Order: sequence, then C-alpha cells, then structure tokens
Amino acid sequence: MTTSTVSAPRKRRFLREQWNNLSRPAQWAILIPVVVLIYFLPVLNPPLIATTGTDFPTAMFDVARYALVAIGLNVVVGQAGLLDLGYVGFFAVGAYVAALFTSPNSSLAKLPYLWTLPLAMAVTMIFGIILGAPTLRLRGDYLAIVTLGFGEIIRLVADNVDPLRGQSGFERVGTDADGTPFFANATAWYWLTVTIIIVVLLLVGNLERSRVGRAWVSIREDEDVAEIMGVPVFKFKIWAFVIGAAIGGLSGALYAGKLGFVNNQSFDVITSMLFLAAVVLGGAGNKVGVLLGAAVVAYLPLRFVQLAEYNYLIFGIALIILMIFRPQGLLGARQRLLARGRQAYQRLLGRGEQISGESALAADTQGGPR
Amino acid sequence: MYPAMTPFLAQSEPWISFDVAGLAEQFWNNTVDGLAQGGIYALVALGYTLVYGVLKLINFAHSEVFVVGAFATWLTFYVLGFRAGVTPELSVVEIILFLGIACVVAMAVSGGTAVLLERVAYRPLRNRNAPRLVFLITAIGASFAIQQTLRLIFGLNQQPQIRLLQPEPLFRVFGATVTNIHVILIVAAVLLWFVADYFINRTRLGRGIRAVAQDPDTATLMGVNKERVIVITFLVGGLLAGAAALFYMMRIPQGAIYNGGFLLGIKAFTAAVLGGIGNLRGALLGGLLLGLVENYGQSLFGGEWKDIVAFVVLIVVLMFRPTGILGESLGKARV
Repeated sequence: MTTSTVSAPRKRRFLREQWNNLSRPAQWAILIPVVVLIYFLPVLNPPLIATTGTDFPTAMFDVARYALVAIGLNVVVGQAGLLDLGYVGFFAVGAYVAALFTSPNSSLAKLPYLWTLPLAMAVTMIFGIILGAPTLRLRGDYLAIVTLGFGEIIRLVADNVDPLRGQSGFERVGTDADGTPFFANATAWYWLTVTIIIVVLLLVGNLERSRVGRAWVSIREDEDVAEIMGVPVFKFKIWAFVIGAAIGGLSGALYAGKLGFVNNQSFDVITSMLFLAAVVLGGAGNKVGVLLGAAVVAYLPLRFVQLAEYNYLIFGIALIILMIFRPQGLLGARQRLLARGRQAYQRLLGRGEQISGESALAADTQGGPR
Repeated sequence: MYPAMTPFLAQSEPWISFDVAGLAEQFWNNTVDGLAQGGIYALVALGYTLVYGVLKLINFAHSEVFVVGAFATWLTFYVLGFRAGVTPELSVVEIILFLGIACVVAMAVSGGTAVLLERVAYRPLRNRNAPRLVFLITAIGASFAIQQTLRLIFGLNQQPQIRLLQPEPLFRVFGATVTNIHVILIVAAVLLWFVADYFINRTRLGRGIRAVAQDPDTATLMGVNKERVIVITFLVGGLLAGAAALFYMMRIPQGAIYNGGFLLGIKAFTAAVLGGIGNLRGALLGGLLLGLVENYGQSLFGGEWKDIVAFVVLIVVLMFRPTGILGESLGKARV
C-alpha cells in the first residue's frame, strides 16, 4: 500500500516536500534574498530580462499589479472554487474610488491618496456583497455568467453615468491639493505595490490556514458535502467573494494612482479574462503559482513586443492546451484541508499526506459534464 | 458629511431618463423591432440550450460560432459580387436565391465550427472526465482563440456592410411600421424554431438527444451512440447560430466585427436562462421576451442603457426564478 503508489506523485511533489522539510530559519534564509532581489529588480535593470518597449520599472509595476489581482482572484477561484468572470468590475470600482476622491475633475471632496486605498477596499467590499448576496446561491456555471454580466454593467455604467465622465475620464488621479503626484517615479510605485503584496500574502495565507480557509477548500471540493458537514457554505462564499473583491479594488486604486488617469477604456471583458488566465495558468489555489501566472501574463507581452499582435490568440490556445494536459495549472493547488490529517499521516507512515493531490480543477468529481 | 456630494448627484443634465411618454409613443414600433431582435436571440439561445441540456455545459464559445457565421455571410455576399454601399436591383426571386445561398453557407460554416470546437476542445476533456470548471475555462480559451483568429484575418475594424435589400415599410400595425426585413426575420426565426422543435421532438435523432439529456448512461445502454448525439447537438446549435448570423447581418446597420459575438452571445444566454435553460420552447419565449424588454427599456431609459437592461434582467431572473419561466426540461420529455 505504501510503496507501490507513491512514485509518480512523489516526483511532482519533490520540490515542495523539500521546501516543507527545511527549517524555518533555512526558509527565511532563502526567502529574504529572493524578496530583496525582487525589490531591486527595477533598479538593477538586468539585461535580457529588461523590457525594450516600455521602461522597465513601469513594466515591473504592471507585473506587480497583476500579481495583486491574481492573489485576490485566487481567493475566489482557487480557494473557494467560485468562477468569477467579472473580476475587472471590482478592479474598476477601486480605480474609480481613487479617481473620484483625488482627481481635480471630480466634484467630490479631496482625500489624501493613501486614504483612498482602504476606502477603495471598503467600497468594493460593499459591491462584493451586493453582487454576491443574490448570486452566490446559484450553481457554479450560472455564477460565471452573472459575474460576467456584472463586469459589463460596471463598464457600461462608467460609460453612461455622466459624473463618471465616460471616455474623457479623470486626470491627475492620486495628486494632492497642489497637484503633485503621490510618487514621482514608477520604481516607487513598484515598491509600494510589492510591499502591499507581501502584506496581503501574509494576511491571505493566515486566512487560508484558519477555519475560514478550510471551509473554502471544503466548499471547493464538494459543496453539498460541506453543507452537510455543517459548514455555513453561503456565508463563507460571501466572505471569499468580499475578500477577493477588496484585493481587486486595492489593485485598481493602485493602478489608478500610478497611471494618474482613469477612464472607461481599461475595464473590458478581455482584461477580466486575462486576470483569470493568470490564476488558471499559474495554478488556482496555489499562491506561488498565481504569482508566477501573473508574471507570465503581464510580463511576456511587454517583453516580446513583436508578439503583441498575437498574445490574446496565444493565451486562448494556451488555455485550451493547458486544460487538456495540465488542468491544475503550472503549479497545482496546495491542499490545506487536512492540516492535522497530514501530521497524522506523517507520524503513521513517515511521509507527507497523499490524499487528493489534485485541486478541484483536476479532481475526478462527479459534478463534471458527462 | 461631504457637502460636495450634492453637486455630484444633481447634475444639470440628467444622465438617465424615465421617458414614459416616449415609451407610449414608440410602444408598437418597439414591439415589432423587439420581436425581430428576439427572433435572433431565440435562434442563438437554442444552441446554448441544446448543448446545456445534453452536456450540462455553458458553451461559452457559442457566441464565436455565431460570429464566424456572420463573417461567412459577409464573404458570401462579397464573392457573389455585391459590394458595400451599393444596393443592387434584384427581383424577389433573386433576393430569395442569394439569401438562401448565404444562409446555407453561413449555416455550414457555423455548424462546422461548432463541431470542430467540440472535437478539438471538449472531447479530450470528456474523455478525461474533467470537472465543470475545466470545461468552462476551456470554452473561454476557445472563444478567445476564435475571436483573435478572426481579428488577425479581418482586422480590428468593422467590415463595411453589404446589403441585399434596404428596409422598406410594407404595412402598419397599430401605428407601427413593419418593414420587409422585420417580416423576413420574424417569419424565418419562427419557421426555423419549428423545424428545430420538430427535429428534437419527432425524429429518431432528436429522441436520441432527449434520451442522452435525460440520462446518458441509460441511453448508452439502450443503444444510443452518445458521442454521435453530442456531435449532432453541437451541429444543430451551430446551424441555427449560422442562420441567426445571416438575419443579424440583415438587421444591423454596421458590418461584422471580430468581437461582435460577445454581447449577442451573453444576451442569447440570458434569453435561454429566462425561458428555462435546456428547454426549447423556453428559448423561443425567452428570446422574444428579452428582445421586447430590451427595446422597451431603450425607449424608457435611453439607447445607451439598452445593454444594461439585458444584464439586469439576467440577474433578476436568476435571483427569483433560476430555473426560468418554463423550467429546465430537455431531458424531462413528455412526448
């Protein structure tokens, strides 16, 4: 029982096991230099990696922005297994909140830019509840279409409601009263975003390891069973939705501040799909995976400008091929459902847990189309 | 708290109107227009409904199957020697002939695309017994791929519209002007729907489709070839989408554009859900209702709110009656 079935999954989990077996100080010893390196990337401007079309710090900010979005969407799609196709709607709400409270084009009272970040999160959370409360009782694939509709509604409202200024948009977003921008250069924006990413990663990581996270995973794996086992499914779905929305809104506000300009043009469905592609590509349910996915989706088109014409086509084909051959993404989901069970397994059999190494995206559940 | 809030809300120019008088004035015109538009929605919705009934899958790429049909229509007209901006002098027989040719080509191309899609994207997943989310993401990927292929071939901009016939008022009903295009659209849509209904409910192949929708395993045991039924389901959906594409091209003022399917696709899906997804009669009812509601909404709130009306309808329907007006019932066949 123990030896015959282990070899294949073992190989795949080799790196992760090795990482888990390292002591905490050893993990820190590897992590800290990596993080420092990530911080200094735009300053180092390494050859080969540096982008040619856009200046490198701006490209790196874009990557960081996508990474933040991917972390937020990962809570919804990867952890709780709710397919959200209108995530760009939350991103847009965050951007518009930042714009409305900092741009001189808006008639609202001005706030310091940093204050608009928590405000954007709060407002998008409210939007998350507004959208989630009626729709999260629906089956998964209906939810996908409704969220898609929601994303479009947000975009169309931005088009049509005059105070949101449609295509003419808000200028000088993120400036204070005398018109100086919050940060002068892209590198500073990148640093701010990376710092926020680290904080958000810590918070989300803690959530995942808590009761909330276990509830999410149980909902993802099998909603009906979770309900029977006494998990308040609806409540935790709302939580996933709201937390995901808040992170999306935060990213939107950062984007608005960095760009300094918000109009209705950057919140279309394709952007939503790219966000989703980042999560699915990297591996829904795996934080490191989605960071990788976001880096791929945001960075490659900027680096290989000559392919820009084809990048959506490539993403489309890549998604199909990926779903056929590796539906769990580049890095599969980390199974967190059995934290205690894993310890028991280790004590019993002297190795890591082997139960359901695949995520909901890859598991043989009975819910799939026949 | 924010005194500046007041000017924010009280703009001098209102950005949304409640033009009840306008709606009353336009009511019958909107009705005719809405029915014509709804007929197109109904045909596309049938494709969603059939595939959903058999596979429990929202075929996200169905909107692209539709757009491919629209481009096929345009190309057919082009090859037949018609050009944009020139309205040819044609007799009735010639118009019917050329429209018939375009219809056959569009249906064939759309049907072929749908079958190809099933073969390339969905069948490998079915063989692996993949869960739902994977199908949906694949469908999104396929939708992207088809859309971008069209963009690379035909470019970013709309093709100039080729018209075989201009809308001409034929007669008036309750003060509403009914044009020749309205008549062709409504008659053809209802006719095609009846053909589809007959096919599903009265033929041997249709019985196979209903059997698989009801219980795939038992149907297989009873000798139904499941794979073939699935291919036929996609084919029928594609054929109807192709026909819808032709009608759509006759109706809209602009020509085909690579991303033109998205909005229509999501509205057609709304129509399918509104009537009850998996239910053929529901697709017709939902399509016509959505066409009507959308056109009334346009008169009431102004043209730029037209699309929002459809999305709000979708959300409201799913909130209060997720099974739709007639309920989901392709499998629960009574015939």
